[in-house]
Amino acid sequence: MNLQIKPILSALRRHKAGTILIALQIALTLAIVCNALFIVHQRIERSNRTTGMDESNVIAVQNRYVGKPETFIPLMQTDLAAIRNVPGVESAYITNAFPLRRGGWSTGMQIDPNKTKDSLPSALYFVDDQALKTLGVKLIAGRNFTPSEVVNLPPQSTPAPAQVIITKAIADKLFPKGDALGKTIYYAKNKPSTVIGIIEKLTVPWIEFDHMDNVTLMPVRFDSSYQHFLVRTRPGQQDAVFKAIPTALYKVSRMRVLPEKYGLRTFETVRANAYEADRGMAILMTVVCAVLLAITAAGIVGLSSFWVGQRRKQIGVRRALGARRSDILSYFMTENFLIALGGVIVGTGLALGLSQWMLKYFEMPRVSPTYVGVGIVLLLALGQAAVFAPALRASKVSPVEATRSV
Amino acid sequence: MFGYFLELALRSLKRSKALTALMVLAVAMGIGACMTTLTVLHVVSGDPIPGKSQKLFYPQIEPRDEDNGFYTKGEPPEQLSWRDAMALLKAGRADRQAVMTGGMAPVQQADTTQDPFFVRARYTTADFFALFDVPLKYGHAWSATEDDRRERIAVISSSLNDKLFHGEDSIGRTVRFNGADLRVVGVIETWRPHPHFYDLNAGNYAEGEDVFLPLGTSRDIHAPRSGSRDCWGKGHQVEENTLETADCVWVQLWVELDTPARVADYKAFLVHYSEEQLAAGRFHLPVNVRLRNVMAWLDSQKVVPKDVHLQVWLALGFFVVCLVNTVGLMLAKFMRRSAEVGVRRALGASRGAVFAQLVTEAGMVGLAGGVAGLLFAVLGLWLVRKQPDQYASLAHLDLPMLAATFGMAIGATVVAGLLPAWRACQITPALQLKSQ
Repeated sequence: MNLQIKPILSALRRHKAGTILIALQIALTLAIVCNALFIVHQRIERSNRTTGMDESNVIAVQNRYVGKPETFIPLMQTDLAAIRNVPGVESAYITNAFPLRRGGWSTGMQIDPNKTKDSLPSALYFVDDQALKTLGVKLIAGRNFTPSEVVNLPPQSTPAPAQVIITKAIADKLFPKGDALGKTIYYAKNKPSTVIGIIEKLTVPWIEFDHMDNVTLMPVRFDSSYQHFLVRTRPGQQDAVFKAIPTALYKVSRMRVLPEKYGLRTFETVRANAYEADRGMAILMTVVCAVLLAITAAGIVGLSSFWVGQRRKQIGVRRALGARRSDILSYFMTENFLIALGGVIVGTGLALGLSQWMLKYFEMPRVSPTYVGVGIVLLLALGQAAVFAPALRASKVSPVEATRSV
Repeated sequence: MFGYFLELALRSLKRSKALTALMVLAVAMGIGACMTTLTVLHVVSGDPIPGKSQKLFYPQIEPRDEDNGFYTKGEPPEQLSWRDAMALLKAGRADRQAVMTGGMAPVQQADTTQDPFFVRARYTTADFFALFDVPLKYGHAWSATEDDRRERIAVISSSLNDKLFHGEDSIGRTVRFNGADLRVVGVIETWRPHPHFYDLNAGNYAEGEDVFLPLGTSRDIHAPRSGSRDCWGKGHQVEENTLETADCVWVQLWVELDTPARVADYKAFLVHYSEEQLAAGRFHLPVNVRLRNVMAWLDSQKVVPKDVHLQVWLALGFFVVCLVNTVGLMLAKFMRRSAEVGVRRALGASRGAVFAQLVTEAGMVGLAGGVAGLLFAVLGLWLVRKQPDQYASLAHLDLPMLAATFGMAIGATVVAGLLPAWRACQITPALQLKSQ
């Protein structure tokens, strides 16, 4: 295989502008595409993070009581009873927040009673004895709450019940020796809470938080007009329960609002809503990459066709002197490969520079070499594919062209 | 002459349809992407209250003790306690000042069977409307006296007025808000500054409020708050109805200061106030005051989402690739017409004329790209509006952006055409006329 690199290079010297333009385009495309695809990868990874829950067959209800009762506690109790009585419901509880809700309550906790040191933040979930079952989280030490341990919490006061269940992440941070069970944590000054159980994993309600796995479950009924129900249905009963819940709740009392969009959601929807922006960004980046590659390919086709057109006479001469069609084909393929190679070498530098810049201004992780590698292969292949049609046309130029004048 | 250039350009563009379409499409996509993302950026990072944002300031002081309760990274808390806000309001050291917080509660027209519905409300003091230049449709704002007397009055939005009173002049009518009857004294015109700068607790790009009532009145009728509340020390064990005396920050204060000298004076006043409170034993931490104007405040709160900036950069990169592509295609196109250029030069066309004609051609590609790009931008913004972000509904193309689209498209393609046109007019006529 004679690759004719020397004559190609000398020919390229006569087409400096076009060569530089194609190489530049390939370089810029590489820089943008591999960084953009890397962002897509990050977003997809982010939106697939686990919550520690068993998310199938779970329904989340958002409820706001209208009207002005002195206390909402009795309403909450009757509502919960009504939901638990809906056929197909396995368990349910009432709460202030849950993973991926994107709103909730966090507070600092300490093991020093006077709360003078820096505290470690934790999200607070108000639960009862059915929460663990509904969430489908695993208790790895200790015990669950009993119904009698659930206490009422007046509006706008600080929750610090006598018993709490914490995630393993908190246990490991506050009690590195692994003896968290039975120990005391302070969520408010001079109000001790005893750790009665540890769950393996449960995430905070926000999707951006410094300590994603710091969650405390508190046996508390929070007296507020704004409540959430979390319901676990029996397998296959999710749709039926989904339809039955609003009816059951409105039957208890019409003095409530279930917001239009977020009032009633399966947990699949909760997850989709939480990561909507990330998904949008991933889709946008993917589309931009596809269009960029298409445009770059079209540009290569355009310029190569022009070159082929310009060189018909020379091609004819070569064919007349005994060059085979495959020689002509490989000439143009090699030419493009050399230009693209130049492009990806420059492009790799640009891609790393761009990644460095994004690290500085957008605090994004550095692009992984895998993505740069994939981008290089992708663009070299794209160049070869784009040049194939014009090169094929060049190889079909008949030797008689040599004798023609334009 | 220019007409003739246009005619030639049209003819040549028609000759190679595929190449022309490719160029126009590439420019259009680049422009469309840029315009979409820039419009979104323009919406989210715009000045919410143009002409006044430089004069509106947000005072912050450090009232906490060592038991911080919450962490602010060296900054004072984002809000004020009731006692401090009232002290600063009563001191009246600024040209105008208003204390405020927000909430949500059911509202209905008094004495009807209409079901109540939830609206967003703002509990504030008399200066609010003058401070933020809120336009009034009917009636007027309330006065400081009415604030002090905690009168049962309200100013409502025109959309709520449409809902409850079918858009009539409703001054003197009564709305039932959170179970309390309030007399309507004013109706405001549509007013939605974005970002929602005066209280970011509501959401950075939240919609405006429907009910405004005196802050004191809101405390009397136990109107629910939906802002944030940060407490320290004993503040942790307070009830909602004793917030006025608690060690908690939960209200915002905005002040208007017309000259740099007034700003400096006000800052000195904040320092002096903090020192006084330290001496009195109410404050415990070193004096730490901030006095930021609207834009600086939004900046410090990182209101503009990072993704929006990222998208703009992505679009610009995309546009650059599209332009490089167009330069390459134009080069191919212009060089292919070497023979034609040779003939024209031999017939006496100057280099300048050939150059001008080719650049005209590039400009036409730009114009077509601009028109198509506008369609892409309209489509792109429609897609943005379908997104769940709070600011999404605000993304509309405005006139300056429209003009910018065409300016950018034509400018960029003319620049892209310069190199190919210059290369083409370097052609020696004799060589082209000779048969090869």
